[in-house]
Amino acid sequence: MTAVMEPEVGKARLRKEDARLITGRTQWTDNISLPGMLHLAILRSPMAHARISRLDVSGAMLRPGVITAFTGADLTDRQVGLPCAWPVTEDMVHPDALPLAKDTVRYAGEPVAVVVARDAASAVDALEAIEVEYESLPVVLDMEAALAEGAALVHEDKGTNKCYTWIFDSAGAGTGGDVAAAEAEAEVKIHRRYVQQRLIPSFMEPRSVVVDPKPGDWTMWSSTQIPHILRTLLSLLTGTPENQVRVIAPDVGGGFGGKIGVTAEEMITFYAAERVGKPVKYTESRSDTMVSAHHGRDVIQDITLSARRDGTITGLSVNLIANMGAYLGLVTPGVPLLGAFMYNAIYKIPAYRFECTGVFTNTTKTDAYRGAGRPEATYAIERIMDELAVELNLDPVEVRRRNWIKHEEFPFTTVCGLVYDSGNYDAATDKALQLLGYDELRAEQTARRSAGDPVQLGIGVSTFTEMCGLAPSRILGALRFGAGGWESASVRVLATGKVEVITGTSPHGQGHLTAWSQIAADQLGVPFEDVEVRFGDTRVAHKGLDTYGSRSLAVGGIALVQACGKVVEKARTVAAHLLECSPDDLEYSAGSFQVRGTPGATMSIVEIAGAVNAAHNLPDGVEPTIDADATFDPETFSFPHGTHLCAAEVDTETGAVRIRKYVCVDDVGRVVNPLIVEGQVHGGVVQGIAQALFEEAVYDADGNLLTGSFVDYTLPSAADLPDIESDRTETPATSNPLGVKGVGEAGTIAATPAVVNAVVDALRPYGVSDIQMPLSPERVWRAIQGGAS
Amino acid sequence: MARISVTVDGVQYVDDVQPRTLLVHYLREQLGKVGTVVGCDTSNCGACTVLMTDPDGDAHGVKSCTVLAMQADGRSVTTIEGLASPDGALHPMQRAFHEQHALQCGFCTPGMIMAAVDLLQDIPDPTEEQVRKGLEGNLCRCTGYQNIVRAVIAAAGAQRGAPSASEPESEPEAAPEAAPAAERAEPAVTA
Repeated sequence: MTAVMEPEVGKARLRKEDARLITGRTQWTDNISLPGMLHLAILRSPMAHARISRLDVSGAMLRPGVITAFTGADLTDRQVGLPCAWPVTEDMVHPDALPLAKDTVRYAGEPVAVVVARDAASAVDALEAIEVEYESLPVVLDMEAALAEGAALVHEDKGTNKCYTWIFDSAGAGTGGDVAAAEAEAEVKIHRRYVQQRLIPSFMEPRSVVVDPKPGDWTMWSSTQIPHILRTLLSLLTGTPENQVRVIAPDVGGGFGGKIGVTAEEMITFYAAERVGKPVKYTESRSDTMVSAHHGRDVIQDITLSARRDGTITGLSVNLIANMGAYLGLVTPGVPLLGAFMYNAIYKIPAYRFECTGVFTNTTKTDAYRGAGRPEATYAIERIMDELAVELNLDPVEVRRRNWIKHEEFPFTTVCGLVYDSGNYDAATDKALQLLGYDELRAEQTARRSAGDPVQLGIGVSTFTEMCGLAPSRILGALRFGAGGWESASVRVLATGKVEVITGTSPHGQGHLTAWSQIAADQLGVPFEDVEVRFGDTRVAHKGLDTYGSRSLAVGGIALVQACGKVVEKARTVAAHLLECSPDDLEYSAGSFQVRGTPGATMSIVEIAGAVNAAHNLPDGVEPTIDADATFDPETFSFPHGTHLCAAEVDTETGAVRIRKYVCVDDVGRVVNPLIVEGQVHGGVVQGIAQALFEEAVYDADGNLLTGSFVDYTLPSAADLPDIESDRTETPATSNPLGVKGVGEAGTIAATPAVVNAVVDALRPYGVSDIQMPLSPERVWRAIQGGAS
Repeated sequence: MARISVTVDGVQYVDDVQPRTLLVHYLREQLGKVGTVVGCDTSNCGACTVLMTDPDGDAHGVKSCTVLAMQADGRSVTTIEGLASPDGALHPMQRAFHEQHALQCGFCTPGMIMAAVDLLQDIPDPTEEQVRKGLEGNLCRCTGYQNIVRAVIAAAGAQRGAPSASEPESEPEAAPEAAPAAERAEPAVTA
């Protein structure tokens, strides 16, 4: 082995995972076929709120190929409510969310009955033979109407549609001043209402689950982001001892938060397999996904910014109403809390108050969707910063610059009490301005305005930060979250010197196989090619808390560094014994121990692995292994940041918006693989653009989802999107040894306000100060006409 | 049941299918060609795209969720599993998707690659605009499409015999099972 190795971390390594994915040698859950496996279909409610007055599955039982059919009543003694792991307040209303409805349905799409058949088509066919009569109940869809006196109730037994009210007040917390006082003294006070429309995560792989009910050895394959959490909860919900439950997340086709639930479909498939004693598979259609997999966003934000006339912010208050949907998912109530500490963003705000009320409606439940709380916060603050700039006749970049935390002020304790470890907002912004050609575009904007050009130009600014790397267990506990936030890694050096890394994170497109190989290669001094990474099977990766909240690298990556460190230390003991020196005399570099001052007296980690495996000559009391496990629990969150700039052309005659140039400079700390980071930024930005311009889940007055397929829910195609010019600054995190911050959600958090700010900026001369997302040509045109936006 | 004779990835199959069986379900469930996937039920997403010959023997991209298995009778179908050469050498489009990091979760990838192969049959040297418009019928939620566009343009260059312009370090792998490539090997362009 050569003494000098080029560091792997930082290299644009092509992904190891691609080889299977580009040749179709994949294992999606729906590809799994077991001997004797049966197929399940679910009858879903067409009503948003109704009592089930009659339900008869006997006709379905007679259909060809059908093995059994059952209803919620048949599961009375078996099924229990789906779990919510985040009871954000002591008095939070937590209605029972049965996987299979018993006597009432509360959203269109709620599972009502089940058929198990020999093949999927027979199961679906037999659904037609199920007889159901619904007695319709009043539907409540609008959040404010749901909170009004006398509103129809989603859960009658609860006596209210309010789920909870959660408050953070910097004066009360002792982390800042009193907002009421700041508002009373404000030279400028701006209030705005922003509405975060409902979105559908739209992972490309529909969810699928297979359950093999072998007694004492239950296995569930599921298209999930959270095999470990699912295993624990599956055990608790079914009474199956956890050591008899194995959960496997095989290839998983995207998640974006949409696959972090413990779902009705997983539980129903479990119950079905239990009833028939055979493996059972359920794969949803896209139309099923749209109504049954959780949605995201759907929040009304009232925000008030107080400032001095020089632009200095003096206070911020935020009042949210957040739509829970009909039931609570795994972290539904907590999503707004993930944004609660982000409204102050990168700014030095002395006083802050946040209040959020969760409300039930007759809609599909909401839960985490890429960014979860933080895109909402970033949107509101970055939109209102532009309003402040207009009010004070300042450039939007300048008003931000006057308020943001300076590089030399880090570490900085925010008005929420969070300590931002590092950041350089000037550097990222200056680079972005230069990449965009900000001054030239401003000049062009002025020229177009004075020429009365029908196509107007706008520039949108979004200087964002986010808290990610979920999360310090102690903080999660303080926020009443039901689990911790540590992560686990194991490193096995095999007898042949090949390395197996096992991670408790559970990737579904993020490239962990490649990135973890790079980290382990550096830490152990072995070739990148000699590392394999295993995950997503609780029998292989025993411990872990899975993948969400941009946590895998910032938490799981550090666990890997620690496990590698332990391997090297164990190897050192053996090397010292075999080289007949003191462990302190050994230097470790590039995969080899070398006795200081004795050239030639070296031993590689591969040689040590072989010697340890043979165990012929080990020091007394040393076990024959250099393998190691480690867990890492971060002390704080990580805080990626960046500046996104969007130049948009708006055709004032048609309302059409065209993104002319999109520039982003992200600071995600130290970069393990620039290729992967860039890919994450592209995809994230596009999801943010999609919220701004294209996507919206729409219900009709009866609670039917009108955007129930990809025909109506506008997922943008390649033809709808611009090229994104992405660049980076690199301010390493000081909170972890790799200096990494996480990148999975950054683009989505930053992009939406950049785009909307650009369109509104283009239309300021027309008196436009807001347009409701998504900015369809019709909405933009109406805004220009001075109509309702 | 109806009897069909269809060549899939170079192998001829004779099978009885139900008249309503979709080509994608025939591929996945009867032939075990699970590399081709189903992403929606409205033929919007294109994840199930395969190449199928027309009566003249010319192959075109079709969404196999919108074709009946019976319609494939007498035709030849190429799926993602049959795109590489029999010796395992990757198709230039597969190679380009790898080199340009044009996939993340990989679920849309089989359909996206097949649609892109079809696109280059019609337009061998497309502009970026033509690629974006040409792939309109294939949805991806991970990549933002930018690297997919890059990959298609790179593959077009490779197919025309131009040197691969991949910027990141390239590690061409002859086949998934191939031994790890040497460090920083030159990208070998093979059709």
